[in-house]
Amino acid sequence: MKVLDHLRIRIPADADEAFDGGLLIPVFHRWIQTRALSETLIDVTDYRHLADGPGVLLVCHDAFYSVDPHPARRALLYTRRTAMAGAIEDKIEAAYEAAKEACGRLEREPEFAGKLRFRKDEFEVSVNDRLLAPNTEATFQAISTPLRAALDRRLGPGRYTISAIGEARDLFTVAVRAVP
Amino acid sequence: MKVSNSLWKQRLEGRIEPHLAAEIDIFENEVALRKQGKIDEKVFAETRLRRGCYGQRYDNGQRHDGVATQKIEFPTAGTKGPNTLWDAPGMQRIKIPFGGVNAAQLEMLADVAEEYSDGVAHITTRQDVQLHFVHIEDTPALMRRLASVGITTREACGNTVRNVTGCPIAGVCRTETFDVTPYAKALAYFLLGHPDCQDFGRKFKIAFSGCRTEACALVRMHDFGAIAVERDGRRGFELYVGGGLGTVPQQARLYTEFLPEEELLPLAQAVCRVFARLGEKKNRNTARLKFLVSKLGMDEFKRLVSEERAGLPFDERWTSWIADLPSWREEPLKPAELLEITPVRPDGFDDWRRTNVYRQRQAGYATVTIALPLGDISSRQLRVVADVARKYVRETVRTTVEQNLVLRWVSEADLPSLYAELRAAGLAEPGAGTVVDIAACPGTDTCKLGISSSRGLAAELRERLSERQFVMDQAIRDLRIKISGCFNSCGQHHVADLGFYGVSRNKAGYTVPHFQVVLGGQWRNNAGSYGLAIGAVPSKRIPAAVDRITGSYLSGRAAGESFQDWVKRVGKAACKAMIEDLMVIPGHDEEPDLYVDWADARKFSIGDIGVGECAGAVVNPIDFQLAACERESFEAQLALEAGETARAAELAYGAMLHGAAALLRQLLPTVSGDPDQIASLFRSRLVDTQLFHDPFAGSKFAHYFLQAHERRGRAVSAEQAHQLVEEANLFIEASHACYARMQSQAVGV
Repeated sequence: MKVLDHLRIRIPADADEAFDGGLLIPVFHRWIQTRALSETLIDVTDYRHLADGPGVLLVCHDAFYSVDPHPARRALLYTRRTAMAGAIEDKIEAAYEAAKEACGRLEREPEFAGKLRFRKDEFEVSVNDRLLAPNTEATFQAISTPLRAALDRRLGPGRYTISAIGEARDLFTVAVRAVP
Repeated sequence: MKVSNSLWKQRLEGRIEPHLAAEIDIFENEVALRKQGKIDEKVFAETRLRRGCYGQRYDNGQRHDGVATQKIEFPTAGTKGPNTLWDAPGMQRIKIPFGGVNAAQLEMLADVAEEYSDGVAHITTRQDVQLHFVHIEDTPALMRRLASVGITTREACGNTVRNVTGCPIAGVCRTETFDVTPYAKALAYFLLGHPDCQDFGRKFKIAFSGCRTEACALVRMHDFGAIAVERDGRRGFELYVGGGLGTVPQQARLYTEFLPEEELLPLAQAVCRVFARLGEKKNRNTARLKFLVSKLGMDEFKRLVSEERAGLPFDERWTSWIADLPSWREEPLKPAELLEITPVRPDGFDDWRRTNVYRQRQAGYATVTIALPLGDISSRQLRVVADVARKYVRETVRTTVEQNLVLRWVSEADLPSLYAELRAAGLAEPGAGTVVDIAACPGTDTCKLGISSSRGLAAELRERLSERQFVMDQAIRDLRIKISGCFNSCGQHHVADLGFYGVSRNKAGYTVPHFQVVLGGQWRNNAGSYGLAIGAVPSKRIPAAVDRITGSYLSGRAAGESFQDWVKRVGKAACKAMIEDLMVIPGHDEEPDLYVDWADARKFSIGDIGVGECAGAVVNPIDFQLAACERESFEAQLALEAGETARAAELAYGAMLHGAAALLRQLLPTVSGDPDQIASLFRSRLVDTQLFHDPFAGSKFAHYFLQAHERRGRAVSAEQAHQLVEEANLFIEASHACYARMQSQAVGV
């Protein structure tokens, strides 16, 4: 696999009934006001009315950030929109780092203190491009090497498992789980 | 921008109709040339609009963050239109003629929404689909993928024939004269890209309905609206022309009671040619067909169209499709079986069935409405709809002007299992076609013209009303709410029982989001009458206003009295009195939440204005003067309601005159009350200087006053008086906005 961009990282959160997704609105607006992220921030959009939608969305030039409001699926979703520099393993690491940074920021926001905790032992990597990365075994084989390279650097060799998930029509997605 | 963009052309070779493929190739080249600066930005802007690529809020690279206006630092230099930055996210509108979509198309919409947008597709009030936050360089690949399943974005925006809408239950409706679907389809594709439709001064909208009395296609608010009728066993249409909402709504006028089916296409072509030839081109504010019809009068317009029709060179496409009409029919997938009465039904099934299931005229079949909150559906949900469209029906799905989806030809016995599958995907919300099924335009979420958050208000009202929808009186459940973020009526607020459109008001240096409350509009009878505004209420108090008005209706209505009849009987003054206290704006410190819009956290503002020494303490006389103008304008409505046409016109003009004078006194404290002097000074000090210019509508509102001044004293018809009252309302809104601009300039924002 020579080219791979538009990665999506999903980091699950521990469900907490006290979590109020509406509080993401002031938090994301504040991030824009204070230019909290090192990218071009544009606006905030509220999709909480959708039963199966992204919740509150922070729109940036390079990526979308959102937290799935559904208790059973609560997770931060980082969706890369522009091309990234470097080798594939570098892109995977950079995307994961951006998502992780957002998780940390959210956990530290006063609105969510103690109410939102993202998991550190699992995440998903997707490729938001069906032409370059159809959800097939061939794509899995092609991405395994750079993905393992990135994970070896971050988690250490043999300290994780990877598996392809989803149906053929879904985005190509790999679930990463740390080995206990 | 997707790395794979350049690969889609090769991948889809042979799967796109050659002429569509060629058009997209040309557009892709135009995108590349504009990026290199080799096409003028204005030319490119119209080019992309004709491909459905629209601008979005903040695409000028400026955004007020609640404290200050910040620059959005996009990486690529250059523009895709005047004051529209290249990298700024845009909206892609996708035409869905008569709302018809199949499963493969739904899946493709799901894919492109996920890969190029934010994973959400939005159904519009004209049966289109819109995607937001799309990069202009992704659009050719997106268009190719849509074209590969037979969808075009051509002429979805711009000065073109827009999506041809049609009744979503045509063919299965119990009251229709005949199925209008093949007619809508024939006309849509005949006019698509037609050379006679490429030189309009404004957009041109077409709608088809099978019944006169229902509301499914809102024919009478369209430029060209056709209602199915039969005469002596022949099929034809009752044809209306020159309707439209926009800032000053106008009902379409009857062109003919019977247009034979074989004349549909050639007559539409003739109307388009007359519109292209004689319609206004320079001033877009008076360029819709409704202005041409008004200017010429219906008799002269008809004469010109007839003359044009007579001279048209024969085109075999006018009637070649008619031979196929007998074979046009949708087939069910499953045999007709009635719903079994069982003691145990899925949870919520009966409520859902009551509002979301329509018994078709074909026994044993039903049309199911998938009620989409705010018209939104996620990519995952679109795939579920595609699945059920294959499993339960023969992919017979349509979008609706109420921003929903319908599945036609569901065997009634399948309703419980279909419900269960929809419910698992969050698609079985009850309340379709009731007060909770609120239509709203994108408003401040993504639209450049939005003033207040129409979607934020719609979501709030939907949530509040849904909680009690099964305990509320049927008379309230049957009402319709429609919301626009500004006066441009994309949310169709004029034709709702309760309509709202976004405005703002100033209070001690702060700007407060408001909605004008519009009552008395009629949704049925194909948008049979338009409502009028009764007053502006702060956005956060609209739910209270809804409760007050509906509560009064419930307690005060006569047996069987409709909401429109009740509004007419009690009068707008009494309706206004119900909410008058809600219109009073408390000071910022007293109720700060009112100064922030729904689903937002920013202080609602046009800049860092006026939080100075006088904030909250001193009221500028102009606040009183503009409030007096609003009262005068409202009195004009009451006069109109009472049938006092001349007085209504006089009051409406007076409201504008006094508004103009109030603004002028900000610049020239000694302005007299002489109307000629006010008009003259208004032109030189506020119009020529562009101080009164609306950022998007330009001098349109100023001309409402200047024209009214020129025509004052002349006799007016009831229709002209109605228009003058509408114009006075808009002029006063523009005066509020102008005053806010004056204030912000004074403090150097």
